[in-house]
Amino acid sequence: MPEKAKIILENFHFYYGTGVALKDITLQIQPRQIFAILGPARSGKTTLLKSMNRLTDLIFGARHTGHVFIDDQEIYDSQISLPELRRRVGMVFDLPTPLPLSVFGNVAYGPRLKGITQKRHLEEIVEKALRAAVLWEEVRDRLSSSALRLSGGQQQRLCIARVLALEPEVIMLDEPCSGLDPISTASIERSLIELREKYTVILVPHNIQQASRVANRVGFFLSGELVEEGPADQIFTRPKDKRTEDYVSGKFG
Amino acid sequence: MMISRHTSQMVAKGVIWVAAFSTLAVMIWILFQVLVEGLPLLHLNFFLDSPRQMGRTGGIFSTIIGTLALTAVAIVIATPLGVGTAVYLREYTRESRVSRIIRFGTDCLAGVPSIIFGLFGFVFFVILLRLGWSILSGGLTLATMILPTIICTAEEAVKAIPYSYREVSFALGGTRLQTVARVILPNAIPGIFTGVLLGVGRSVGETAAIILTAGSSLLIPTSLFSPARTMSVHFYILAREGISMEMAYATGAALILLILGINTLANWLLWRYFRKVGG
Repeated sequence: MPEKAKIILENFHFYYGTGVALKDITLQIQPRQIFAILGPARSGKTTLLKSMNRLTDLIFGARHTGHVFIDDQEIYDSQISLPELRRRVGMVFDLPTPLPLSVFGNVAYGPRLKGITQKRHLEEIVEKALRAAVLWEEVRDRLSSSALRLSGGQQQRLCIARVLALEPEVIMLDEPCSGLDPISTASIERSLIELREKYTVILVPHNIQQASRVANRVGFFLSGELVEEGPADQIFTRPKDKRTEDYVSGKFG
Repeated sequence: MMISRHTSQMVAKGVIWVAAFSTLAVMIWILFQVLVEGLPLLHLNFFLDSPRQMGRTGGIFSTIIGTLALTAVAIVIATPLGVGTAVYLREYTRESRVSRIIRFGTDCLAGVPSIIFGLFGFVFFVILLRLGWSILSGGLTLATMILPTIICTAEEAVKAIPYSYREVSFALGGTRLQTVARVILPNAIPGIFTGVLLGVGRSVGETAAIILTAGSSLLIPTSLFSPARTMSVHFYILAREGISMEMAYATGAALILLILGINTLANWLLWRYFRKVGG
């Protein structure tokens, strides 16, 4: 018997001005799994992520129809607290985006915004988050040095730690390995598989191989439409739709 | 006739060199002239004595106080207003009719000659608000004068901050205010500082607007409501009324040292800030 879905999208459309970015998406995402969003460029993957923590609110002219529920709560409800929503639904961007602060300052940024000021408490949170992102051993001696001096792979894991520090329920990662070498990619994938135990993970994978290595379920998007969604092995071996088959077999993309 | 590539290179190099050298030469000449005439008269008492006989003898103590007080009032008023406006324009509103009007207004303000500000300050602060010839009137007038510069540089500084910083801050549960306070402003400080320094320079160098709003009293100002004379005004009056060219040059030399001192201090503060923030 499947678990109750964590995130439910119902007839969700998204528009930038007059352009349509997402068309009639209906989708359920289960907790404690990695859901991979697959598709070529400009198929609406980033928009889908950013509409689930409402970062799209920052963009002028963005609007939607339909519904997004997280734990049965409509996130586009006017009563909802945006900071609260974004703490629950964390996001890691495609390029490492450390703030110009220390390593500690970056991880403690979110908790501090939430109002946690006690040094001891912050230290605990930071250590826990860095350990979970498999970065603690590498940075424990230079927590106070600038995050900008870390390598690309370390910066990206720092960004993951920064999200984990808020103890979110959902973690969205938008091509988190796009600027990284294979070794850093492997270490990020290891931490993803650990994260799967506790969180709902939504991943826009760097490539099809990455999706097949880590994802439980896969949704294939094309031009803003959800073409097909299902268990990862089914999507990769017996896709139902011809377009999915062409994409995963490398005929286009 | 073809000019060889070598020749055209040499000509271009020559023109650029002459331009750079003449700029430097003019600056050195001015500094040299003022310092040669003025420096020999600078001794401790010149800084610590108040002017006597309209400035023919004595020192410039009261004008140093006047300069610092007026500049401080101007900066203290204009900086929060200017930075606030810049943050509003960049972070709290999109390009709209309101933001275009504000920007058009500041651009116009930046081009207005200082004597017009002086006249406005005289009519509005001195007479209408009954602040009289005072440090407060003068400081407020200077503040309106340097406001466009501060808005403009602060806006550029805020604009230069990567969009990703904002996005990250919001994504981590930040409100707009938290994002401004913790990410935008700390990273815009060096740029804001530049604007403030330009404002200091303009305040210290101003004469016309100050004579109309702060007066030209030689007494040491004791409160915000006292009239005051700045070093620039003192220099102007000494030279213009033929009181003492020697004292005028000495005041000029002191003024140059003061500006040099302010710039050095500012650079040092900025350097310390950068070292603290890291990067």
